[in-house]
Amino acid sequence: MSILVVADHDNAKLSKATLNVVSAAAQIGGGTTILVAGKNCAAVAKEAAQVQGVEKVLLADNEVYENFLAENMAALVADLGKNYSHIATAATSTGKDFMPRVAALLDVSQVSEIITVISPDIFRRPIYAGNAIETVQAKDAIKVLTVRQTAFDAATATGGNATIENVSGKGDSGLSQFVSKDAAKADKVELTSARVVVSGGRGLGSKENFALIEKLAAKLGAAIGASRAAVDAGYISNDAQVGQTGKIVAPELYIAVGISGAIQHLAGMKDSKVIVAINKDENSPIFEIANYWLVGDLFEILPELTSLV
Amino acid sequence: MKILVPVKRVIDYNVKIRVKADSTGVETANVKMSMNPFDEIAVEEAVRLKEKNIATEVVVVSMGNDSVQETIRAALAVGADRGIHISLDDNINSLQAAKLLKKIVEEEKPDLVITGKQAIDDDANQTGQMLAALLGWGQGTFASKLEIADGHATIIREVDGGHMTVKLKLPAVVTTDLRLNEPRYPALPNIMKARSKPITKKMATELGVDLAKRVEVLKVEEPAKRSAGVRIKTVVELVDKLKNEAKVI
Repeated sequence: MSILVVADHDNAKLSKATLNVVSAAAQIGGGTTILVAGKNCAAVAKEAAQVQGVEKVLLADNEVYENFLAENMAALVADLGKNYSHIATAATSTGKDFMPRVAALLDVSQVSEIITVISPDIFRRPIYAGNAIETVQAKDAIKVLTVRQTAFDAATATGGNATIENVSGKGDSGLSQFVSKDAAKADKVELTSARVVVSGGRGLGSKENFALIEKLAAKLGAAIGASRAAVDAGYISNDAQVGQTGKIVAPELYIAVGISGAIQHLAGMKDSKVIVAINKDENSPIFEIANYWLVGDLFEILPELTSLV
Repeated sequence: MKILVPVKRVIDYNVKIRVKADSTGVETANVKMSMNPFDEIAVEEAVRLKEKNIATEVVVVSMGNDSVQETIRAALAVGADRGIHISLDDNINSLQAAKLLKKIVEEEKPDLVITGKQAIDDDANQTGQMLAALLGWGQGTFASKLEIADGHATIIREVDGGHMTVKLKLPAVVTTDLRLNEPRYPALPNIMKARSKPITKKMATELGVDLAKRVEVLKVEEPAKRSAGVRIKTVVELVDKLKNEAKVI
């Protein structure tokens, strides 16, 4: 068995999600190779070579991979991946974009968002927004997988000593063109890898009031999350949305404020270790999955909590 | 410009699903079924493009038993022009669905395919991307904005860091995210009118695609339940619990 892990990164640093995928690969068994495709990303390849359990790093350093366009990524990954038994990547928005394209190019099926490796060809994955879990067997010669990062521990980032080999792909597909991307704020704690997440919902009532969430998050060094209702109401940008259709998080501590707990939100955070819910309605569904819950006015509770932590 | 919109019939998103006692799947008998919400957004976007005179025809395609014709009618009632029903008795994997859709694309020759980013039953998030790969077309996944001009589609995509804008050469496949639009409700006269719009039925087995499943579902279970929590009276008590009991702050 041999596994090709496609690295998730930003051309400067390897994402933690990649370490989670390496853990999943270790559970499958067999040698693990990491592919780092990007532009001026040699530093990422060096980082990948340090990850424990990695035998080899393939580096495809070319401007056509700079923005991870699915057409170019898939052509490269399918070409390199045909020599492996498994191809895996994190179920990030990048992985979800290019990986099914890889599977189709190889004429094999994909198993999306695995949460458990039972054997090299049997996996568990959530369906119906996490309201059911299916166990599936992949019968194709090459198993193409995306991995839900919160379901696997991170592999140790240092101590490895893999060789780095340069590879090249077919170049630009000519089908799509990158135009622009929102600049990420440097000081922002990344939602999917944060130890603590503070999330706000419609109960906050306005964009101005959402600052109360930001203050508590800043005090705790936490990432900021939101329900779909809060995002749709314009209190915060869409990338903060936690839920089946947004980000899936599983931090050590998740504080849900003014969030009633729609099924699709719960699907995105119910694997958090400790859940705190604050809501004025004592019948909120979120209380059913909270370890600690507090019924009351969030405009009194939040400032007090911020001052005490 | 012609737009093809693949739609899937799924358990209505408001229904709390029940796992079958024999662990073979999810109960679908006597359960309300609807169009996959992401596909509703795809239909709406296609119809809006027609209303703006950018698209000339909107064709909806769905796969399954005869009940999917009801889902196709729902799309016809909000403005799609005609339907194609690919008749199929069993479930298939996304790759097989993409291969069947490729056959329809080759026949219909649309300039654009718009579909939901994922179906809310199997949450696979694969079919659009696979179809694009099989056709050798560009793809714009998780679209929150779509503009068509000069033989190109410019798409704002919802990605983990925020938004990414890409420009695709047409024909192309676009998959919809939640914020692309808010689908309309059908007006009663349009529901009546939809009854006379044509739906063509094709047998999946006659389209020359190997329909054998290559991912087999062995078991479907309920997720693990969380144990009941405790109600806290004061913020002071909460902070104490988090520090000394849960030890997370």
